[in-house]
Amino acid sequence: MAQASFADQGADLELSGIRKEFPGFLAIDDLDLLIPAGSFFALLGPSGCGKTTTLRIVAGLEPPTRGSVLIGGNDVTHLKAYRRPVNTVFQSYALFPHLSVLQNVAFGLKRRHISGAEAEAHEALRLVELDHVADRKPQQLSGGQQQRVALARAIVNRPSLLLLDEPLGALDLKLRRQMQLELKKIQSQVGLTFVHVTHDQEEAMTMADTVAVMNHGRIEQMGIPTELYELPRTAFVADFLGQSNLFRGNVVSSSSQRIVVDVAGVSITLPSPRSARDSGDLSVGMRPEKVQMHLGRAKTPSDHNVLTGGRVIEVSYSGVSTQYTVNFPAVGTVLVFQQNADSGGPVAAGTEVSVSWPIESTFGLHDHRTTDVAAAKYKQEA
Amino acid sequence: MALAGFADTSSRKVSAPMRKSRVVILLLLPGVAYLALFFLTPLVALLLTSFQAPDPNSFDFGAYIYAFQWQNYVAGVAEYWPIFLRSFFYAIVATLAAFLIGYPIAYFIGVYLRGRPSLQAFTLILVVAPFFISFLLRTLAWKQILGDEGWLVTTLKSLSIMPADGQITGTAFSVIFGLTYNFIPFMVLPIYASLERLDLRYLEASSDLYSRPSTTFFKVTLPMSIPGVVSGTLLTFIPASGDYINASDDFLGGPSTQMVGNQIQVNFLKLLDYPMAAVLSVVLMVIIMAIVTFYVRRSGTEDLV
Repeated sequence: MAQASFADQGADLELSGIRKEFPGFLAIDDLDLLIPAGSFFALLGPSGCGKTTTLRIVAGLEPPTRGSVLIGGNDVTHLKAYRRPVNTVFQSYALFPHLSVLQNVAFGLKRRHISGAEAEAHEALRLVELDHVADRKPQQLSGGQQQRVALARAIVNRPSLLLLDEPLGALDLKLRRQMQLELKKIQSQVGLTFVHVTHDQEEAMTMADTVAVMNHGRIEQMGIPTELYELPRTAFVADFLGQSNLFRGNVVSSSSQRIVVDVAGVSITLPSPRSARDSGDLSVGMRPEKVQMHLGRAKTPSDHNVLTGGRVIEVSYSGVSTQYTVNFPAVGTVLVFQQNADSGGPVAAGTEVSVSWPIESTFGLHDHRTTDVAAAKYKQEA
Repeated sequence: MALAGFADTSSRKVSAPMRKSRVVILLLLPGVAYLALFFLTPLVALLLTSFQAPDPNSFDFGAYIYAFQWQNYVAGVAEYWPIFLRSFFYAIVATLAAFLIGYPIAYFIGVYLRGRPSLQAFTLILVVAPFFISFLLRTLAWKQILGDEGWLVTTLKSLSIMPADGQITGTAFSVIFGLTYNFIPFMVLPIYASLERLDLRYLEASSDLYSRPSTTFFKVTLPMSIPGVVSGTLLTFIPASGDYINASDDFLGGPSTQMVGNQIQVNFLKLLDYPMAAVLSVVLMVIIMAIVTFYVRRSGTEDLV
């Protein structure tokens, strides 16, 4: 019946020119994406950025307005959901309440008339360590258990592609961390291609091989987690993935090695390969934990950028580290994360300080920070 | 609740539980009084009547005395068992027909029109609209349409689709038709209530798990709407089994389509054989209760929850 067959390993997913319009708004704007077989891929973005719609288009639950979906090289754009070699772990789990846990897990296998469906279902339940509740109804299980049953119900079919739609969203923090590790372990055991949609940047970074950051229906940047974090290309990525200090200035000189930017009279230097642009108006930035804070005038090495004449305006002590907000009259505020490696308390608010950070960890962005209210709000939640 | 309240009175802890149990009794009182007055009293009266014997000192029709004439039941069942069978046959066929027609209507309103509340409200009004006209008038209207002189029969006859002496009214078909027609809203509304709450994400999950739409319907939608189906079929089957309007020869029935309801009416109002009318009522009630209990048990343990 269904053309889908058992996959020994995952398949590539290719989206080309996907566009999705809903009445009154554009959910996805010309999306191109290639996810290699066997990878753990995360689509990260704030709510309403189009990531769940993308997932639904891949699953076949929503037709794209334009563009095509290829799984393992086959065009599945016009295939119905039940004919695609894809399974989804839904955010709400959507476990059938009238069936037992075992019947839920065996559901997909039975629809494809696979012999020994129940034995396979038991096997999948053992993988998520829930075989002992096989005879219960889903609503008798805890949230974390339901989540694992939903996962088992999807993996048991060995789909070429497993889609996870914020599957950990409903769990509390501790359980979520535990499930993240388990999911990662299971993915390496079964070797399927996982596409994970989430708004939790930490979750995306700890689990995925490749992360794509989505905003307003577009992919802002895609890469391995360290690359995304160390070298964000847009202000949205710099702000959504962790925190950033950003300054806007003009390029005063640029060579193949260095670019110097004038920010309100202060020169900030960055390596040319780390800048998305090399002329004109440029936003430069660095991560707060790369910044060193110095009392008074400290000697700083030449490969550092330095800002002097700042004043600490806010101190937030969290045990392991302290977060300072330092105000520089000309440039603006700089956020500093400092490990509390030395004994003795944090620097008090009002202290005059200077800050420095390595040129090598400075980045130049493609665009500028806009007051993206939605993103700012979302960051507070995350 | 109530039981817990009574249990508390037996324990030695005084004031609070005592007060609680008094409140419980007080709250139960109106319901119990209502049941005693309007359900238990007539039921006892009915049972007493069913055992009555003719008054030996009177030659009047309808003169009976209280007795324990259990032979009434033997006589009633012996005489009327074919009519009981016919009644339940008609009621079951009408319930099935109402289900087959009503489920798609309920699905259309509850699932297909999801997200368009004004259309949903409009179609629901269409479903209950017949209630604005009296049950009797509507059934009489069908008698006009299906009758021997009606346009339907004359057209069918002129096209030689029906034999010249053919009839629609007075047949099993027209009685079952009338029952089905009259009870469809009772089928649609509870099923609609079930389907309206059905989370469509289950249907997406089913489709994601390789079910074509028909499989999704039989494996997910239908099982999850069973509570509505059970109440809808009961609301149709129970009154249909005791119906005496559709099968009456004043309406859609004829001499060969009499149901138990008609016989109760004849015995009670025409023959003035009150004990026999009571016997038929009691037997009808007991059989319905047995069928319903069996049905609810089965659907309850296997498909419900």
